[in-house]
Amino acid sequence: MTTSPEILKPPVITTGPIGWIRTNLFSTRLNALLTVVVIALLYFLLRPSLTWLFFDAEWAAVTSNLKLFAVGQYPSDEMWRVGVVVLIVSLLAGLSWRVWSGVARTFARAGGVIFVAMAFVPLSLDSLDVEARLWILANPFVIGLGYLLARVINVPPGRLIIAWAAAFVLVLFLLRGSGWMPGLPEVRTTQLGGLMLTILLSVVGIVASFPLGVLLALGRRSSLPAVSMFCTLFIELIRGVPLITLLFMTQIILPLVLPQDTFLDFIVRDRVMRAFVAITVFSAAYMAENVRGGLQAVPLGQIDAAKALGLNGFNVTLYIVLPQALRAVIPAIVGQLITLLKDTSLVAIVALLDIVGIGRSIILGNVEWRGSQREVYLFLAAVFWIFTYSMSYASRRLEEALGVGRR
Amino acid sequence: MKQKRFVAFGSLLVVIAIVVAACNGGDATPVVQTVIVQATPEPVSNRLDVVQDRGRLICAGRTDLAGFGFLDSAGINRGFDIDLCRAIAAAIFGDGNALEVVPITASERGPTIQAGEVDVLSRNVTWTSTRDSQWGNYTTIMFYDGQGFMVPKRLGFDSALDLDGTTVCVTSGTTTELNLADFFRQHNLDLETVVFEDTASVYGAYEAGRCDATTSDKSQLAAIRSGFSDPDAHVILPETISKEPLTPVVAHGDDGWFDLVKTVMWVLINAEELGVTQANVEQQRGSDNIVIRRMLGVEGEFGQSDLGLKATFAVDVIKAVGNYGEIYDRYMGPNGESFTLPRQQNELWTNGGLVYAPPLR
Repeated sequence: MTTSPEILKPPVITTGPIGWIRTNLFSTRLNALLTVVVIALLYFLLRPSLTWLFFDAEWAAVTSNLKLFAVGQYPSDEMWRVGVVVLIVSLLAGLSWRVWSGVARTFARAGGVIFVAMAFVPLSLDSLDVEARLWILANPFVIGLGYLLARVINVPPGRLIIAWAAAFVLVLFLLRGSGWMPGLPEVRTTQLGGLMLTILLSVVGIVASFPLGVLLALGRRSSLPAVSMFCTLFIELIRGVPLITLLFMTQIILPLVLPQDTFLDFIVRDRVMRAFVAITVFSAAYMAENVRGGLQAVPLGQIDAAKALGLNGFNVTLYIVLPQALRAVIPAIVGQLITLLKDTSLVAIVALLDIVGIGRSIILGNVEWRGSQREVYLFLAAVFWIFTYSMSYASRRLEEALGVGRR
Repeated sequence: MKQKRFVAFGSLLVVIAIVVAACNGGDATPVVQTVIVQATPEPVSNRLDVVQDRGRLICAGRTDLAGFGFLDSAGINRGFDIDLCRAIAAAIFGDGNALEVVPITASERGPTIQAGEVDVLSRNVTWTSTRDSQWGNYTTIMFYDGQGFMVPKRLGFDSALDLDGTTVCVTSGTTTELNLADFFRQHNLDLETVVFEDTASVYGAYEAGRCDATTSDKSQLAAIRSGFSDPDAHVILPETISKEPLTPVVAHGDDGWFDLVKTVMWVLINAEELGVTQANVEQQRGSDNIVIRRMLGVEGEFGQSDLGLKATFAVDVIKAVGNYGEIYDRYMGPNGESFTLPRQQNELWTNGGLVYAPPLR
């Protein structure tokens, strides 16, 4: 006796894009309804902005002023120095890729891709001329060169850190030049601008505030009441004041109260240097609190043990406490760098020409660009986002690599 | 032990000091030297010595005002106010590019010139009696501006007195806002203001129809109007409700410098009056007009011992920036780079305007 086989329907697809849509968006009637409503809402909300973004936006205000956004008023004859500076960073990035791998590899590769994209960006040659494109295109090769170099010769990680530090000083010197150097005429601080000034302000701010912050943090924990009180007062005073107030103070009040015609003139008479001072002081106070957090994380037993081994107080701090404390606060310092990068945009309010100041000047100073506010500010937001996102990515990877979260 | 720690602290501080010094590069021209060296004989102007020693003029300007101070796409700071600075630089160095323009904000204008941080302040400054006594010496009015109103043509207003009951867009915290309130109260008109923080938003709101009228200095209204997609759809009303004489300023206490800057401004104005232009200045040196010959240093001692300038300083000035009219036209003339604004009161006195300078002799 035979029974006719039951004919089964084909099974419901649960894999692939259609399956995903079915299980996640239309699993029940309510979900299906919600999906339709949300899609309709998104359509009505986003349609005007997307239409504007893809059809109406006029990017000429950005593309015609690329040089201004990048370096501000940096003299055209000296632009090769900026090119060399970027190449130096690329070379070191290549070396770091090989030596440190990990996050350095991601950055070197991403940097290479971005440089290639920039060199071939489909803009007219008026916006980005052949010479500039060649300078940009050299970078991926230099990154590769650095990588190969580190394969051929052995570069210890410690040496690489020294190289980065030396490059930092070299870069500052190259950008500024000097009256007595043939071939490197002085570039005045007011000629530093655009994205270059934004990056310089935040990097110099972090680097210069690091030793200050460590000193303040150690000082705050000092057993000498005068030192500890001074450091606490300094930190709390600076942290209690918004950065913009500090900037106004250094710009307007400092020249009136500090003596003129002394060796301090390079700060007192220079608006850009005064902004550097304000940002460094501001950043040092926050750095001090970050470092203090790290100092407190070092168990007291270690200090006692070190003392029992006969180390003096200075050596205990230098060899036992600081290395552990600083290792613990690296992610926090990167976080601070991100905040500082965004905070530097406040210098536009005191008429410094960082990338935001340049954007303002372009919109307000030129009748033809006055209608392009949205485009310019959207461009600025995108630039800031790229930098801050890549730094926060680096911070997360560093955290994993250092195992900070796991101890 | 503690000593060692102090040594460590000290050496760290030294390292920081070195880094800071490195950032400074070569800008260590000590300003103080020449002042002492030149104490005898009495110099014409301490400031002039400082400027000559430094090798460039430092001028406070701006980068965000169409026509007066802006950045071109190559990053060069240009504009009417900036060209006045360029003229002074050319008078001293024979080179209009021996100039550093430091952009500053409106609120910094007073403190900057008071502290002597810049040699000249040429940043769209209105001359008022209080500012004159507090900030510094006002040289010569170089631009006569005044606050006015702009309205869309379709509303059919012919006069600011018709604006009763209208909504006006204005920037907050400026004399513009105060003048506006004064004018409406004076004429018993009803007014509703829409206040914005920055100028860009004001004009955006005006163009979007948020208000019936907007108010600002007339030169700026002209600039805004030419930026609109249809400039002819807007009119600037004839009334001028305030006086805004824009004037370069120098610090108090250096009469020689004050005189020098004034004289350079007078050269610009007199050159236009005498028909000396950037193009014909070399030719004009051979002119038989005695006034021109004196101005261009062909004969006489004008500007030399009393101001400390070269005999041919006026030639350098006009070669660098042209005469007053040429500067005006470059940015605001019929084919002006920034916008077009009829000269009206900024015409020479010989053409019915207010621009007038003392004779050069």
